[in-house]
Amino acid sequence: MVPITPIHYLILAAALFTLGTIGVLTRRNVVIVLMSIELILNAVNLNLVAFSRMWGLQGQVFAIFVITDAAAEAAVGLGILIAFFRNKETVNMDEVDLLKW
Amino acid sequence: MLDYITSYLKSDATPGAAGNMLWAFIYIMLIFLGLSIAVIAMNWLERKILAHMQVRLGPMRVGPHGLLQPIADAIKLLIKEDIMPAEADKAVFWMAPLIVVTAAFTTFIVVPFGPQHAVTDMNIGILFMLGVSSLGVLGIVMAGWASNSHYPLIGALRSSAQMVSYEVAMGLAVVSAVLMTSLHGAGIYATGGSNGMGTLSMIEIVKAQQEQQTWFAFKFFPLGLMAMFVFAVAMVAETNRAPFDLPEAESELTAGFHTEYSGFRWSLFFLAEYSAMIAVSSILVTLWLGGWLRPFPNLLNGPTWDLVFSLFPGLMFLALAGLTFYSTARMPKMRYFRVQTLGLAGFGALLGLIGLILFIPPVRDRIQDIYWFVAKVAVFMYLYIWYRGTFPRYRFDQLMKVGWKVLLPMGLGVLIVTAIVGVL
Amino acid sequence: MAPVATPFFFYFLSGLALVSGILVITRKNPVHSALALILTLLALAGIYLMLYAPFVAGVQIILYAGGIMVLFLFVIMLVDVGRAEKERQFNKQWLVAIAATLGLGILFVKVFTASKTLAELLKRPLAQLPETSNTQQVGFSLYGQYMLAFEIASLLLLVAIVGAVVMAKKRI
Repeated sequence: MVPITPIHYLILAAALFTLGTIGVLTRRNVVIVLMSIELILNAVNLNLVAFSRMWGLQGQVFAIFVITDAAAEAAVGLGILIAFFRNKETVNMDEVDLLKW
Repeated sequence: MLDYITSYLKSDATPGAAGNMLWAFIYIMLIFLGLSIAVIAMNWLERKILAHMQVRLGPMRVGPHGLLQPIADAIKLLIKEDIMPAEADKAVFWMAPLIVVTAAFTTFIVVPFGPQHAVTDMNIGILFMLGVSSLGVLGIVMAGWASNSHYPLIGALRSSAQMVSYEVAMGLAVVSAVLMTSLHGAGIYATGGSNGMGTLSMIEIVKAQQEQQTWFAFKFFPLGLMAMFVFAVAMVAETNRAPFDLPEAESELTAGFHTEYSGFRWSLFFLAEYSAMIAVSSILVTLWLGGWLRPFPNLLNGPTWDLVFSLFPGLMFLALAGLTFYSTARMPKMRYFRVQTLGLAGFGALLGLIGLILFIPPVRDRIQDIYWFVAKVAVFMYLYIWYRGTFPRYRFDQLMKVGWKVLLPMGLGVLIVTAIVGVL
Repeated sequence: MAPVATPFFFYFLSGLALVSGILVITRKNPVHSALALILTLLALAGIYLMLYAPFVAGVQIILYAGGIMVLFLFVIMLVDVGRAEKERQFNKQWLVAIAATLGLGILFVKVFTASKTLAELLKRPLAQLPETSNTQQVGFSLYGQYMLAFEIASLLLLVAIVGAVVMAKKRI
């Protein structure tokens, strides 16, 4: 059995990043796109914490800031979604194509 | 193998820190057992105490003075038909009670019953407990949504909004208690400068109270008391108990988010609610009331006072046994009540036996920490029942107003003043 | 305390995270996706514990799994889920998207495994991260060296709160 080095964590983070990106580019439901963005942010967090294992504590501090930012972005994104849904009654990404309604 | 088992007994760390899996497993089983007995006892106590507060008798028929009522309730719930609504989302409906129960029980890993009597002592103990109890909110949201009917949905939304709001106030109160762990010096107002390092570990928080020779409820009087008050109110709202129980009150929303659950699934929600009550009471006792420390550990110290306080467990059980024998004597003398009288006398004999066992010196020394911790948590369980019998229910907008406009500013104020006083 | 049974827990938790990640992006029902995302977040919290980062793990459980996902579930319940399930789920460009992203992923993996600088960095001893005082050291960093970033993050949160309330109100 290969001993687990931080490289393994980096590969896991890369896999989660690709899954999140596929979700963002492929799905039509806005809520699921927002959740895939959260998946991408988590992959980045895992990368940061894996590097902090090698280097020092700064990676973990940065990871905490990333979590804070993800919270702020999720709140605002979902607020926009609610405002949009109130007007157009749909959560399809393809129908968000008007600059003004 | 044998010294794997016995080597732990010589060490003075928790099983998690010592890396001993077997003893950790044994502790977990003991916690399960204790929690089950506690929930059963709470069921009976709640019905009896509420009844006596309302000048009636409560369950009297099932066993002597209704002592077998919880067992009858458990059997009834187990043999009830398991109904799942037709349009419900089956996977989510099935998983929701599991999540709530798992979240409620997982918090007990870090609860310190004694200096080495926790399953493990995590570095982030209090953070872990708050976080895992916020996972219970998810189970409630899922339960309400999966039932596919509007009463549970509204109940779940209201319940989770309430729980999330009061978690903020809880967090602030907890932070102001954690601030006090970083001080030195003894006495109510001593700070000794705050250049020490605070800690989030539950066992270290109690040890800090021991070192500062004051329970944090009385530290920087009245700040500790105000922080404890904020947490005490927030924890009642967090566990959806009266007077904050609008989401699950029977007269309002037909039992709220667990309307569509029947039989064993409902009993899981019930189990989770009482376990969550015991968990947040444990947080309060650990943070503000000195955990496993006996009353007046430094003021009344010395071997004689230690002996006096160590007789408390045995004396308490003997007093309970005496009460039971007294009510046996008062039972009606008809032949119909013979079995009940015998049962009550047997229960009294059991309590007396436990009391006598607790007088034996080796048992007496080991049971001290656990006894004081459980006694303090039991006081707060009684307070929960007292609130239910006394206060009228809050309306939902009043509830949210209290959470955001009263408790949050109060918690912030206590935190800021504690920080300022701690630095001085 | 050193992590125990590291290979088992790593493969178990990473398998759980990957399977939940696939469930997040493929489920029709947004509630099922949200639950799968919660499972991913909890698996990642376990992995952070293995990487000697207990504070980040605790923050992940409280904020992400207990806060952000509750917000997501609220919004999913307010938005009409039944209509969204009957529509077509995937874009017209799904094939190109998957091909391009897989290419990106393979590029990442090749860079990580074949990079010389990374291999050299790994030969150095790993950082000394004492687990018993992790929270205290993160606290010292946050309030000492990274104080400006901390204050800016709190300002960002204030702006986000005001923005979310304004966006979700019916009449401003």
